[in-house]
Amino acid sequence: MTQMTVNDAISAALAEEMRRDPSVLIFGEGVATKRRDLLGEFGPARVRNTPLAEGIIAGTAAGAAATGLRPVIDLLFAPFLCYAMDEIVNSAGKLRYVSGGQFKFPMVVLAMTGAGWGVGAQHNHNIESWFVHSPGLKVAMPSTPADFKGLLKAAIRDDNPVLVFADIALGYSAGEVPEDIDAIPLGQAALRRTGDDVTLVSYAKTVGTCLAAADRLAEAGISADVLDLRSLKPLDEDAILRSVAKTGRLVVVHEASRLCGVGAEVAALVAEKAFASLRAPVLRLTGPDAPAPASFPLEQAFVPQADAVVAAVQSLVHGALAA
Amino acid sequence: MTARPPVEALECMMLERMMLIRAYEETLVDLHGRGRAAGTCTAIGQEASAVGVVAALTPDDLILTNHRSAGHLLARGADPGRMLAEVQGKSGGYCGGKSGSLHISAKELGVVLTSTIVGGELALATGVGLSRSMQGGPGIVVCFFGDGAACEGRFHESLNLAAVWSLPILYVCENNQWQAFVHRKETMTADGVAGHAAAYGIDSAVVDGNDPLAVFDAAAAAVATIRRTGKPFLLEAMTYRLRGHFEPDDQSYVDPGELARWRERDPVILLRRRLERDGLLDAAAATRMEESVRARMEAAAAFAEASPYPAPEELTRDVYA
Repeated sequence: MTQMTVNDAISAALAEEMRRDPSVLIFGEGVATKRRDLLGEFGPARVRNTPLAEGIIAGTAAGAAATGLRPVIDLLFAPFLCYAMDEIVNSAGKLRYVSGGQFKFPMVVLAMTGAGWGVGAQHNHNIESWFVHSPGLKVAMPSTPADFKGLLKAAIRDDNPVLVFADIALGYSAGEVPEDIDAIPLGQAALRRTGDDVTLVSYAKTVGTCLAAADRLAEAGISADVLDLRSLKPLDEDAILRSVAKTGRLVVVHEASRLCGVGAEVAALVAEKAFASLRAPVLRLTGPDAPAPASFPLEQAFVPQADAVVAAVQSLVHGALAA
Repeated sequence: MTARPPVEALECMMLERMMLIRAYEETLVDLHGRGRAAGTCTAIGQEASAVGVVAALTPDDLILTNHRSAGHLLARGADPGRMLAEVQGKSGGYCGGKSGSLHISAKELGVVLTSTIVGGELALATGVGLSRSMQGGPGIVVCFFGDGAACEGRFHESLNLAAVWSLPILYVCENNQWQAFVHRKETMTADGVAGHAAAYGIDSAVVDGNDPLAVFDAAAAAVATIRRTGKPFLLEAMTYRLRGHFEPDDQSYVDPGELARWRERDPVILLRRRLERDGLLDAAAATRMEESVRARMEAAAAFAEASPYPAPEELTRDVYA
């Protein structure tokens, strides 16, 4: 085991995959400037700076992917992907299907998002569900250094476009990463903690929130399953249903806004396939339908906190919502 | 430079291809009129540009195109039967019926990606150029787009990146004077787009897009330059969209005088007249050419008609690799 931050884990995954496969290359705004180690090892053809032009970066990646390369692009902040939506959604996501399977688009889009840096709404917007809703794309949003390394490796090897979102607040958080960690398949959730009374489903930084809440709930005699989705598409439906079948209660927690968010999909899945197991209504704790504010206290208020998770679970088990 | 075949053979081949493209698109218009095909965008009047550029390429070269792609595909040797089947949503089409008329691509012909989002092909072209450049293959990349796409930001982003990274891309603007339902005079201050190239350090040329031999010569020179330098080049073919944006379209917004002037310059008629005048093609041979094209289109229509619709399970096939 090695201690490593999320940022280091991303760098390690990139270096290992570029070593493994000469068709992997990375480009984007400041990629060659910031990743001197990759530039030194792999040279300027495979590690490139680009103009500040997200659309052409993403389009170039899609065109390269369709013709034999395996590009990784860094678009910096998730809201910048709005400039690249045509290339990601209409080209990379659709042209395989539209062409009757003639082409594949093995490419990875990296972007940061989330509260914690006070950068405001045009740098912080959790838009991951937009891409879950778009056919042909896969989406991962890990929470631990080991998962960032393993899932990014899987994303690079995948023959489809994969968006990997990095929660800004997690970048410098450290964790144990096995020396020999390999690709972690997309579509497998990780059970971070086991319990019998409630299932907490989350991803990215709010997994930590759920774990903190679960500690406090345990003191009150309530035990929680904490399920880290890791991959939002494909979604590990079996893991969600298995847990809810055991606990009978579900709270979904994420930073992204509530309406049509990933939590809505998880809640609908459970309503459709595990209704008989439910002992209480499904609850969602999410960000509001508002742009992310820059002001630190407001930015923190945007994100569901452990107190709210504890209160929600208490209401399901003992309070007004108890069965 | 691509060796130029004897003018007689080249021009006769071009005429036959142009007749085929014209007949194909007229068949589409007819099928649409009879409710047998969905609405489609034609490029009637632009055949010389497609045929002239594609004749200057080798099989190693890759083509990206757009929603007015029939000419590029047929010039490259596409089977009109498989194209008609595609437009009619049949399983025998190049894309199994999932593209329809708008985004047909044919990897086997080197027509690698087609975007119907105006300008989309320009964003993809740099990636294909990057692959070509990094893989060290012999071919170059040709990207067909229109004057409308040149008003998109992606045109400028694409030219800039291709210049900065020195990508082997021939940008071919088919300036057909129309941007959907709007004349380019309403959307651009210049008469053409070639002037933008210099700002990015890219060489360019403007050619009469209704003269296939002139287009061929300009494209062959541009392709030779790209093969030698590895750098992009912008070729603008001045032409005219003789039909509306989309079928059906009554063209009530078109200046009848302008349309009549361009009809006089119909590239298929101009070339045929010139070949007959120069004694390179006699009337009987021209008629035989027409009959052969007509027979090919009849066979193509029969193939498309007989081709089955896709099986229901195709609905969700090939979404993911």
